[in-house]
Amino acid sequence: MKDLSMHILDIAENSLKAQATEVEVVLRYEKDILEMSITDNGCGMDAELVKRIADPYATSRTSRRVGLGIPFLKMNAEQTGGYVEIESQPGKGTCVKSVFKTNHIDCVPAGDLASSLSLLITGNPAVNIVIRILKEGESFEVSSAEINEVLEGVPISHPKVGKFVRNMLKEEFKSIEQ
Amino acid sequence: MSKVKNLQDLKKMRDELKGKINLREKSDHPESLVQVKVSMATCGIASGARETMNYMIDEMDNQGIDAVVTQTGCMGYCYAEPTIEVTLPGEKPLVFGHVNTKKASEIIERYIKNGELVDGIIPDSYEKIDEK
Repeated sequence: MKDLSMHILDIAENSLKAQATEVEVVLRYEKDILEMSITDNGCGMDAELVKRIADPYATSRTSRRVGLGIPFLKMNAEQTGGYVEIESQPGKGTCVKSVFKTNHIDCVPAGDLASSLSLLITGNPAVNIVIRILKEGESFEVSSAEINEVLEGVPISHPKVGKFVRNMLKEEFKSIEQ
Repeated sequence: MSKVKNLQDLKKMRDELKGKINLREKSDHPESLVQVKVSMATCGIASGARETMNYMIDEMDNQGIDAVVTQTGCMGYCYAEPTIEVTLPGEKPLVFGHVNTKKASEIIERYIKNGELVDGIIPDSYEKIDEK
């Protein structure tokens, strides 16, 4: 994964595969530390699988025998001096927390966060995606449920809505940067 | 936590959409819309699936094509990522492989708009993604 925004899509995909109906993505910036947590209410994993999950040969899928999502995330976090922490309970859900030191020379760029997050929202109509961004006192929050409420039955996956949500998030990121 | 401000604008857009097309009725029958599913697992993302999905959204919006564009997991065709599944109304789903933005444009112009088959179909797509 060449940037953080790609990791978000990738890790959230695990939640979707775990039949989650709600996925929460939180990005918390504090000075040079970025904490990214992705929490879901999916099927969860037992303690044994959580232990093995950073092994590239641990995967629950049957279509191929490797799973690189978590190993890549761990590699990119650890090479900045950060870490990845996974908490999971079968039947309850999973939380993947990763910490990056953003001023480290080996930290991958943030990438197009607005684009990843908007695709997550509009690409998964059956799941409530909740997004929270916190940066030095500034913050914003948006969720699929809120957007759906406004849409009154217009499909959230319509291209026009997709483009709108992406631009909306871009604006929000811009205003939080300033 | 502050809420996003632009949801008001979304309301405006919704009314525009509702007025132009009969989306509300259509949304109860999603099979009457073009359905595009983009495979968005590690393999797809690493191969550029996000750019493909963004492109499909932008291009279909520009051309006013009523569709739903959603994500799906790994379809098992990691060698051919990015892959997308396109279902035209009343047709069986087709899976296309190696869909970069150029291929995506060809699929929109020829298959989605005119129903012509284009190169790059992954043939054993008789099984829908959901059934896998």
